[in-house]
Amino acid sequence: MSAVILAEFSDGKVSKTTAELATLAARTGDVTAVVLGNSQMAAQILAGPIKKVIAVDNADVLAYGVAAAVDALAAVIAQESPKVLLIASSAFGKELAGRLAVRTNSGLITDAVDVAADATATQLVFGGSTTVHSKVSHGISIITVRPNSVDPDLTPATPEVSTLTSPTSATSQLAKITSTQAPVKGGRPELTEAQIVVSGGRGTNGDFTPVETFADLLGGAVGASRAATDAGWYPHSMQVGQTGKTVSPQLYVACGISGAIQHRAGMQTSKVIVAINKDPEAPIFEVADFGVVGDLFAVLPQASEGIKARKS
Amino acid sequence: MKIAVCVKQVPDSWAEKKMNSGRLDREGVDAVLNDLDEYAVEEALRIAEAHGGNEEGSSNTVTLISMGPERAAEAIRKALSMGANNAILISDVALAGADALTTSEVLASVIKAEAFDLVICGTESTDARMSVVPAMLAERLSWAQLTFAGSVKVNPDAKSVEITRVTESGVDTITAQFPAVISVIEKINEPRYPSFKGIMAAKKKSIETRSAAGLAANISAWSDVVDATPRPARGAGIKVEDGGTGGDALITYLAEKKLV
Ligand SMILES: Cc1cc2nc3c(=O)[nH]c(=O)nc-3n(C[C@H](O)[C@H](O)[C@H](O)COP(=O)(O)OP(=O)(O)OC[C@H]3O[C@@H](n4cnc5c(N)ncnc54)[C@H](O)[C@@H]3O)c2cc1C
Ligand SMILES: Nc1ncnc2c1ncn2[C@@H]1O[C@H](COP(=O)(O)O)[C@@H](O)[C@H]1O
Repeated sequence: MSAVILAEFSDGKVSKTTAELATLAARTGDVTAVVLGNSQMAAQILAGPIKKVIAVDNADVLAYGVAAAVDALAAVIAQESPKVLLIASSAFGKELAGRLAVRTNSGLITDAVDVAADATATQLVFGGSTTVHSKVSHGISIITVRPNSVDPDLTPATPEVSTLTSPTSATSQLAKITSTQAPVKGGRPELTEAQIVVSGGRGTNGDFTPVETFADLLGGAVGASRAATDAGWYPHSMQVGQTGKTVSPQLYVACGISGAIQHRAGMQTSKVIVAINKDPEAPIFEVADFGVVGDLFAVLPQASEGIKARKS
Repeated sequence: MKIAVCVKQVPDSWAEKKMNSGRLDREGVDAVLNDLDEYAVEEALRIAEAHGGNEEGSSNTVTLISMGPERAAEAIRKALSMGANNAILISDVALAGADALTTSEVLASVIKAEAFDLVICGTESTDARMSVVPAMLAERLSWAQLTFAGSVKVNPDAKSVEITRVTESGVDTITAQFPAVISVIEKINEPRYPSFKGIMAAKKKSIETRSAAGLAANISAWSDVVDATPRPARGAGIKVEDGGTGGDALITYLAEKKLV
């Protein structure tokens, strides 16, 4: 069997998710990684169980987005005839996977947290309360995988690199991207890839300093509730929850967040959950492994001092 | 403009959800209009209102399209009372448990038969949570895909539409000509509450129910659920009052868990 993965890049650098996808795909067959980009990007694929790299340097993906990426991946599929196709779960990844499923008449499973050798996918649904195993029964097993779900196999890779040119069809040029603004990153780890996420909500009252300080001491990413992004205190790209990102870190720290169901939908599968909230009745405590009933402006600075003391 | 809005009835977000023979058990829980679709209805109404309204006799109509059980009519009624003109409900036992591939096929076959200018969706159904149906519709219809819109600007004379696409990858401005499939994020607007007048008017509006028989759609299953098992509830853990040492207690806990 052969499997294709779509390599993930962030700020032009290959991201850890690529090796995670390869690790899962390798259970099902020999892995070919597709790079939507040039050969310099392809040359960065140096880790993970990857046999081949195909670079599709298609500028149309920048000009036409998802539709052009569908054409590029369809060309790779026509050449490689994979049994399994793994793509990272993101807005772009899921839409790409969905359109490819239509185009190749294949089944689709989204937001998997594991993939077995026979391409059975594991999903956690209903806010993490139910584990579902499903299997594609028709065509290619197209599966989108949540970042941070497996320990990546980082053995050095020496893949054979080739390039493929694929024209973008006229229908894929119907929607034209006229300008692009990259998300604000601020030097912290990618939210969905981070091992530790510290999030702030309305309780920060707009002052994220203690949240950021604590996150930085732990090497974590900073997230926010919708109340915080709606208020403009933090960018929308940092929102955790149903209409934001789904994160599944080793440690999630919710500060001044009540724990509405829409917020919980995006963080409930975190390994360890910590909550700091003034209100002992806040629903976030129902899912917290460790909760501090208190003011985040007192608790977080003391915790930050505690880390500094341990480090020195 | 002829605008279609795809709306879905879903179990209430707060309801406890269970699986029954590999499918979501929809019988035992309260069902509501998918709240993300309310933003799609609101945006369609605003687009119509900005260009002459959608009252009888005006040049705009807002048609709801939904696939689901017959009781989905309740959710559709809510969207009608917000101000949509009419609705088509595709309801058939053959469609129970349909996945996104079938759903998009059924919706696309209905949309194809009418000459819509724009189809507007929510970004996600709160039960399936796949966020793929709008993109699949664009693929099936060979229409422009304008999804994850944080704002929509329509020019009916030029038959053009421009959106800002807001995702984790940043903010893009995207333009296209009609017809186009749009999905809207929840930050785009504040959905209106149905007025008393709207609720009364909705009672008289028509919901045309169709079976799957007349559709040019291939209804099939592309994937199977092997099993579904409830996970042990995430028991409430340790909770301490911050009597001045809450931060220290937290660090002690994290150290025990080897997280610091
Ligand atoms: C369609 C839809 C989609 C949504 N999607 C999302 C989503 O993706 N993500 C999301 O987060 N929400 C989402 N929401 C919103 C969600 O329902 C809640 O409104 C939101 O999560 C509340 O944010 P919050 O917890 O920060 O604010 P609040 O609910 O106002 O909670 C603030 C908390 O801070 C505590 N607090 C106040 N001051 C302090 C202090 N000094 N120290 C400690 N604690 C303090 C309070 O006790 C309170 O519990 C969505 C809603 C809808 C309708
Ligand atoms: N059964 C359905 N009937 C009508 N519209 C639907 C249906 N399922 C999904 N949609 C539309 O597609 C959007 C995304 O749904 P999903 O891909 O299931 O997360 C929803 O917000 C709806 O606008």
